[in-house]
Amino acid sequence: MRPIHAEPLPFFHRGPSPLARVAFFGLASIVLMFVDARYRTLEDVRHAAGSVLFPLQRLVQMPGEAIGGLAAYFASKRDLEAENARLRTELIAQAPAAQGYAAARDENARLKALSALRAQSAPGAVIVHVLYAGRDPFTQKLFVSPGAEAGLVPGSAVVDEHGVVGQVTRVHPTMAEVTLVTDKDQAVPVKVERSGVRSVLYGAGTGRSPELRFMPPSADIRAGDRLVTSGLDGTYPPGLAVAQVMEIERDTGQMFARITAAPLGGVDRSETLLVLAPPAATPPRPEEPADAGASQKGGRAKARRGR
Amino acid sequence: MRIAARVPSFTPARPEEILKPAKPWFVVLTLALAFLVNTLPASGVALALKPDFVALVLLYWCIQAPRFVGVGVAWTLGLVMDVVDATLFGQHALAYAVLAYGAEFFRRRVLRFPLWQQAAQVAALLVACAAIVLAVRLIGGAPLPRWTYAVPPIVGALLWPPLSVVLQWPQRPRASSSTL
Repeated sequence: MRPIHAEPLPFFHRGPSPLARVAFFGLASIVLMFVDARYRTLEDVRHAAGSVLFPLQRLVQMPGEAIGGLAAYFASKRDLEAENARLRTELIAQAPAAQGYAAARDENARLKALSALRAQSAPGAVIVHVLYAGRDPFTQKLFVSPGAEAGLVPGSAVVDEHGVVGQVTRVHPTMAEVTLVTDKDQAVPVKVERSGVRSVLYGAGTGRSPELRFMPPSADIRAGDRLVTSGLDGTYPPGLAVAQVMEIERDTGQMFARITAAPLGGVDRSETLLVLAPPAATPPRPEEPADAGASQKGGRAKARRGR
Repeated sequence: MRIAARVPSFTPARPEEILKPAKPWFVVLTLALAFLVNTLPASGVALALKPDFVALVLLYWCIQAPRFVGVGVAWTLGLVMDVVDATLFGQHALAYAVLAYGAEFFRRRVLRFPLWQQAAQVAALLVACAAIVLAVRLIGGAPLPRWTYAVPPIVGALLWPPLSVVLQWPQRPRASSSTL
């Protein structure tokens, strides 16, 4: 009589136990997350994986787009006529603004020529189409095409016809990632169009309105004010519409007013966006004066104030 | 009539039916389809409702075909989702690996229940998966999301019965012509 094998037959052998596997892979994920969050050294891996995956994705989205295109092709003549009429009225309605803009632009150009200033934002904006919105509820991102092939670089401002939508944060060969102004980590330097008060608009995350932080209760801001980019950051050209102030809570007991704003750009609607060319490099920060370092205490205080 | 009798109807498999082993290409195809559905453009209400199809199909195959799909496959798919969603590298990977382990753990029990009761257990697994992602993000400094964060896992669980019917259909035994 043969003894019964204690070990399972090799026929049933299925490698390490699930618990061992989940421990190994869980540890691997935690290490990956840590490396990605702290050191940002995995961008190359991400790009390599992305350049394989994104064409596949495009391929799948094609049938839907083709159906949409076909439907648009067979859209009835009446719809087109109605749209045409509507667009014409809109065009007329916007004519004064457009003409005013042209006049202002000419004047601007003359003034710049007079003072021999270089235009800060270079021409070369790229029109991009939204592929899909990020599924991650913790961030507000859009994925657009094309990407690096059309000359997009991280940091460029993204606008639509109504205002600033966001900023390019990551560029793949055929697509790019746009972080919206409503994202929690996104900040846009703005000023109030009416009064010229400068501030920074911070996104507040999914489902919450962006807000102006650190504004004293006495700041000259009213509900309904338009916020435009101040152009102080060297990323957004000055004068782009960003948001409209919705609500102001002035509590004199608090150090800062609570100011919420609604984005003017179609952050959750627009399908076609314009990526502005990155502005010309800003001049380097001037050297600290030599005597600032003479007294260490004074120098540190100055550095803190400078920030 | 003859063909209609040979092809199983589009209903849940009866408990006594023994499903044929899934074909590897079918597993790969459905996972790829789920991945692509995940990345289809959606916005507004659709985006708030959209469940994680990859997690759902992955769970199905972890339960039905543990020989092909396990923790390793789940982890790899998670990395792919991290690239596509531009999330922290390893976030989905961790969640899917734990999901696959949970499936392995519950596998034998889940299959004894009718589809609607399976859905309740699937809901627990999907919520756990979402909770892992939430924990990772909270540690990373994200604010608490709104209550709608809990909706996609529930929608996913509601989709479990129809999804099971579709995915088990090719594995159901066809009546042999001799029994006609």
